Amino acid sequence: MNYIFFILISVSIVAGIFNHTLDKVVSSMLGACNTAVEISLSLIGIMAFWLGIMRIAEKSGLVQIISKFLFPITKFLFKDVKKDSPAIGDITMSITANALGLTNAATPIGLKVMKELQEDNPDKSKATDAMCMFLGMNTAGFQIIPATVIAILVGFGAKNPTEIILPTLIVTSLSFVTAIIVALILQKVWRKYD
Amino acid sequence: MIEKISLYILPLMILFILSFGLIKKVPVYEEFIEGAKDGFKVSISIIPYLVAIIVAVSMFRASGVLEYVKAFANNIIPPDIIPLIFTRPLSGSAALGLFSDIVKQSGADSYIAKLAAIMVGSSETTFYVLAVYFGSVGIKKYRYALLTGIIADITNIVLAIWVARLFFLANSVL
Repeated sequence: MNYIFFILISVSIVAGIFNHTLDKVVSSMLGACNTAVEISLSLIGIMAFWLGIMRIAEKSGLVQIISKFLFPITKFLFKDVKKDSPAIGDITMSITANALGLTNAATPIGLKVMKELQEDNPDKSKATDAMCMFLGMNTAGFQIIPATVIAILVGFGAKNPTEIILPTLIVTSLSFVTAIIVALILQKVWRKYD
Repeated sequence: MIEKISLYILPLMILFILSFGLIKKVPVYEEFIEGAKDGFKVSISIIPYLVAIIVAVSMFRASGVLEYVKAFANNIIPPDIIPLIFTRPLSGSAALGLFSDIVKQSGADSYIAKLAAIMVGSSETTFYVLAVYFGSVGIKKYRYALLTGIIADITNIVLAIWVARLFFLANSVL
């Protein structure tokens, strides 16, 4: 991340000088600071709401029921998560919310998962295997129905906008599986470099 | 049909969780408040990470570097798609903006619009997700999470191009 941060910013400034776009680069830098704060402020309400709902789901034992049901799968994918950890149920909820395109629900639940995984983490500054697997699944972006994309196609007058659902589902499922496999492989390889 | 499902799923989920809580004799209002208290803390704690990633990405987009990358495109990938490929893992709203632009320029029924739709619909904003999720708990060493995300993104692009050809270019053999 250190390198990516450095490269993105230094390349932008150098390219800005050569392209004569330095004024745009600077103004977007200042604007982006505000955008970041706006995003996080706009998250507060929806975050509070979902964390509240999820707390009820947890206290009523619903999350635990889901965890128990999916334990064979999660045990295989998340080896370092304890059986009674609420993270397992929440991981399922988070992936489900993402799959249904419920971004507003997925982010708060996902951040809750990170908090739960962090509690069992011996080195608080370093990601665990479970975190890498969870975020691998997350960044692969598995989605059953790409609602926003379809909405835009409809907006521009597509004749048959739903025809992209099946190809999208094929691509998203395959890259989701790829992410899981890659994470499982890297789990073993990476230990040498830690 | 699809719109119906997306409309119903969220409220029904909330209704189910609340009812289940009540049946299990959970004080739903008190527990809701207890959980909601964390919302403020979590949202505020991700600000530094959001600033870092959003500033870097916005500067990069404004610098015009993507125009160079576009110039290198060949026949396999339509040149209009290239900026989308590089924007998608960095920013969700920017990617949607680019996607709308492609649809507007090429027409909603064009092959390029469909390819772009598949790409946007099947991937995530990898860098944003990593920054926010790891940031919320203060993780600084990502280990192999970034590599996993990037490999998944590359796979996603290759698959999207291939599947789009298969579905929407009748005269193409893979």
